[in-house]
Amino acid sequence: MLYVVIAFLWASIWLYLLLGGADFGAGIIELISTGENRNKTRHTMYRAIGPIWEANHMWLIIAIVILFVGFPHIYTTMSIFVHIPLTAMLLGIIARGTAFVFRNYDAVEDNMQKIYNRIFVYSSAITPFFLGIIAASTVSRKIDKEADDFLSAYIYSWLNGFGITVGLFTVCICGFLAAIYIIGEVNTKEDKEHFIKIAKKMVVAAFISGAFVFLAAHLEQIPLLDWIFGHWVGNIAIAAASISLIVLWLTLDKNKDILIRLLAGFQISMILLAATYTHFPKIVLLKDGSALSLIDEAGLNKTIDSLAWALLLGSIFILPSLFYLLYSFENKKNTRSELRH
Amino acid sequence: MDDFLAARSQMALSLGFHIIFACIGMVMPFFMAVAHYKWLRTGQQVYKNVTKAWSKGVAIFFATGAVSGTVLSFELGLLWPTFMEHAGPIFGMPFSLEGTAFFIEAIALGFFLYGWDKFNPWFHWFTGVVVGISGLASGILVVAANAWMNSPAGFDYIDGQYLHIDPIEAMFNDAWFSQALHMTLAAFVATGFAVAGVHALMVLKGRNILFHQKAFRIAAIFGTVAAVLQPLSGDISAKDVAKRQPAKLAAMEAHFHTEKSAPLIIGGIVNEEEAQVNYALKIPGLLSWMAHGDSQKAVTGLNQIPKEDHPPVAITHYSFQVMVGLGMLMMLLAFIYFIALLKKKTWLSGKWLYKLFVIAIPMGFIAIEAGWMVTEIGRQPWIIHGVMRTVDAVTPMPGIAYSFYIFTAVYISLSLIVMFLLYRQIKMVSKIYDVHDDELTIKHA
Ligand code: HDD
Ligand code: HEM
Ligand code: HEM
Repeated sequence: MLYVVIAFLWASIWLYLLLGGADFGAGIIELISTGENRNKTRHTMYRAIGPIWEANHMWLIIAIVILFVGFPHIYTTMSIFVHIPLTAMLLGIIARGTAFVFRNYDAVEDNMQKIYNRIFVYSSAITPFFLGIIAASTVSRKIDKEADDFLSAYIYSWLNGFGITVGLFTVCICGFLAAIYIIGEVNTKEDKEHFIKIAKKMVVAAFISGAFVFLAAHLEQIPLLDWIFGHWVGNIAIAAASISLIVLWLTLDKNKDILIRLLAGFQISMILLAATYTHFPKIVLLKDGSALSLIDEAGLNKTIDSLAWALLLGSIFILPSLFYLLYSFENKKNTRSELRH
Repeated sequence: MDDFLAARSQMALSLGFHIIFACIGMVMPFFMAVAHYKWLRTGQQVYKNVTKAWSKGVAIFFATGAVSGTVLSFELGLLWPTFMEHAGPIFGMPFSLEGTAFFIEAIALGFFLYGWDKFNPWFHWFTGVVVGISGLASGILVVAANAWMNSPAGFDYIDGQYLHIDPIEAMFNDAWFSQALHMTLAAFVATGFAVAGVHALMVLKGRNILFHQKAFRIAAIFGTVAAVLQPLSGDISAKDVAKRQPAKLAAMEAHFHTEKSAPLIIGGIVNEEEAQVNYALKIPGLLSWMAHGDSQKAVTGLNQIPKEDHPPVAITHYSFQVMVGLGMLMMLLAFIYFIALLKKKTWLSGKWLYKLFVIAIPMGFIAIEAGWMVTEIGRQPWIIHGVMRTVDAVTPMPGIAYSFYIFTAVYISLSLIVMFLLYRQIKMVSKIYDVHDDELTIKHA
C-alpha cells in the first residue's frame, strides 16, 4: 500500500507541474507580451483554462495532504527549514488566485482591471520561481538540522545559486508549457505564428536557464550530472526528452496541436523522472549527509492503508468526472457562453 | 510581538478569514439550486437571474475560500510542526477524504459556472447540487479534524509515544457529531441572514424589487429555519463540552467555583485575579441544567482544575455570551418571520421587517467567529486536549511576527477588495438584469 501512496504523491506533483505549470505559464506569457497580444493571451487562456482552473491547484493540496498524513516528518522538516520560500509561494498563490477571479468577475470594467492584471502576471512568475527554489532545496544538501544561527538554518537552506537557477528554469518551463498549449487554442494563422514564436523563445530560455542550473550545481558541488547520467533510467529519460524536443521543434509549425502537446508533456515528465528517479526513495537530502526517505519516514501501516484507500476511492469519483469535464468543454468550446468572456 | 503569540494570532486570523468563505461556499449552492429549480419549473426569468447573479458572487467567494484553504494546509506545518508531526498520521483521515470532496466540488463548480446552455438543464442543475453537497461534506470532515483536537481518540499515548493509531476511530471521535452538526447549522444561519439582509436592503432602496424579493425569500427561509434549530444543537454541544472539557465549560461560563445548582451568568465583567464576575445577572440552577440536564447537579469550577490548565477566562466567556446572545436574537427574528409568512402576510409588505433583516446582516458571521473563539481559546493551553500543549507545538523559527504582519495586511486588503467587488456586483444588478420585462434576455455587462 505504501507504493500506492507514493504513486499518488508522484502523480499529483507531476500533474501540478503540467497543468498548474501551463496555468502559471499563461500569466508569464502575458507578462512578456505587449498590447493586443497580451489581451489575446488573456482571453484565450481564460476560455481554455477557466473550467478546470479550480481543479488545478487541487493537485498541490493533495500532495501536501499525502505528505502530512503519510510522511509527517518530511512535511514538518520542510515546513521548518524552508519556511520563508514556502510563505513566499503561498503569498504568490493568494495573489494570483484572487486576482484571476477578480478580473474575471468584477462587474465593472475600469482601471481596477489594470491592477488585477498586474498582480496576476507578476504573481504568475513569482509563484513557480519559489516552487523551483523549494524543489531545489530538497536536493541541495543545504538543509542543516544542527544549525544554530538564523541564517544557516532558515536562509541558506534555500537561498543559493542552485536554488535561484532552478527557480528560473521552472518559470521558463511553465511559459513553455503554456505557449504550446495556447497554440492549439487559437484559430487564425497569424495568432498561431505568434505563439509558435513565443514557444520557440521559451525553449531557448529553458535551455539557457537549464545550462545555468548545471553550472550552479557544479559551483555548489551538487553532483547533478552524476545523478542524472549515473543511472540508465536517467540516461534514457534525458535522451527521450531531447529527442522529443527535437521532434517538437520540427513539428511546431505543422499544425499538429495534439502531437505537440503530448510531446511537451512527455518531455517535462521525462525531466521530472530523471530528476527524481536516481535518489528515490530519498526525497530530502540533508546537510549532514543523511536523507529523508519515503520508505523510512512513512507512517504506521494503518495510517498508510487508510490513506491509500481514501486516495483510491477518491480517484474512482474524481478521474471520470474530471475527464468528462475536460471532454465536454473541449467539444463545446465554440458554443456561445453566456458568461461575460 | 512574541513569536508564540504571533503564531497563534496568525493561525486565528487565517482560520477566521477562511471560515467566512467556507460557509458561503458550503451554503450558497443550495440557495442557487432552489432558485435554479424554480426557474426550470416555472420558467420565470427572474429566478434565472437570481441564480446567475448569485453564481457570480459564489465564484468570487469560492476562489478566495480555496486559496485561503490552501494557505491553511501549509500553515498547519509552518506554524505548528511538532503538532503536525504527531497529529498528521492520526487525524489525517478526514483531510484525505476532504481532498476528494474538494476536488468533486471544484469539478462540479466548473460544470455549473461554465455550463449554462451547454448541457441538459437538469444535468446542469444537478452539478450545482453536487457543489453544495460536496462542500458540506468537506466542511463536516474538517470539523471532524478539529473535534479530534478537542477530544483526542484513535491512539494510545504512552510515555510520550503515539501508539496503536486508528485513523477511523480518530475521525469519529466523541466531539465530532455535536461540532459538525452545530457548524453546519451555523453556516446556514450566517449565510442565510447575511444574504437575506443584503437583498432586504435593496428592496428598501426600491431597486429591482421583484428580483430582490425572490432572492430574499429563499435566503431568509434557509436562514431562519436553521436559526431555530441552532440553539438546540448548541445545547447538545454544551452538554458535550461539560463531559469532555470541564475547563472549557468553566471558562465559557466564567464559573470559578464548583457548586451545586450552579447559576448561569449573563453579562458582567470578569475579574480573573479575584476569580469572580461583577455586575452580572445570575439565573440560579440554569447552568447545572444546561451542562447536565439537572438543575441540582454540581458543575466543576476552575478552582478544581490546576492553574496551569486554565484557558483564558474573560475572552472565552465574552465570546460565548456574544454567540449565545446573537443566537437568541436571530431565533427571535426567525419566529417573527414565520408568523409573517404563515399568519400575518401584511407584515411582509411593511418596511420594518426588512429593516430588521438588514440589521441582522453581520450577526451570524459574528456569532461564528465568536463560537470558534470559544472552541479554540477554550481549549488552551492544549493544542491536543490533555496530550500536547500549544507552546510545545510551535515552530522553532524566530520572526513569526513579521509573517503575521504580512498576512494581516494581505487578508485585510483581500477583505476590502471582496467587499468592493460585491458592492459593484450588487449595484450592477439593475443594469444587467432587466426585470421589468420578463422576456428580455440578459444584457452583457
Ligand atoms: C451562527 C452561528 C452560531 C450561533 C447562533 C450559535 N453558535 Fe455555538 N458555535 C458556533 C456558531 C454558532 C460555531 C462557530 O459554529 C462553533 C465553533 C465550533 C463549533 O463546532 O461550532 C460554536 C461552538 C459552540 C460551543 C462549543 C463547542 C465545542 O467547543 O466543542 C457551544 C457549547 C455552543 N456553540 C453553544 C451554543 C449555544 C447554546 C447557542 C445558543 C444560541 C449557540 N451556540 C449559538
Ligand atoms: C474555521 C474555523 C476556525 C476558526 C475561526 C478557528 C479559530 C482559532 C483561533 C481563534 C485560534 C487561536 C487560539 C489561541 O491560540 O488562543 C485557533 C488555533 C488553532 N486552530 Fe482553530 N479555528 C477553526 C477551525 C480549526 C480547524 C478545523 C482546525 C484543524 C483541523 C484548527 C486548528 C487549529 C490549530 C492547530 C491552532 C493552533 C494551536 C492552538 O492555538 O491551539 N482550527 N483557531
Ligand atoms: C471548520 C473549519 C472549516 C470549514 C467548515 C471548511 C470548509 C471549507 C469549504 C466548504 C471549502 C470549499 C471552498 C469554498 O467553497 O469556498 C474549503 C476550502 C478549503 N479548505 Fe477549508 N474549512 C475549514 C477549515 C480548514 C482548515 C483548518 C484547512 C486546512 C488545514 C482547510 C483547507 C481547505 C482547503 C485546502 C480548501 C481549498 C479546496 C479547494 O480548492 O476547493 N480548511 N473549506
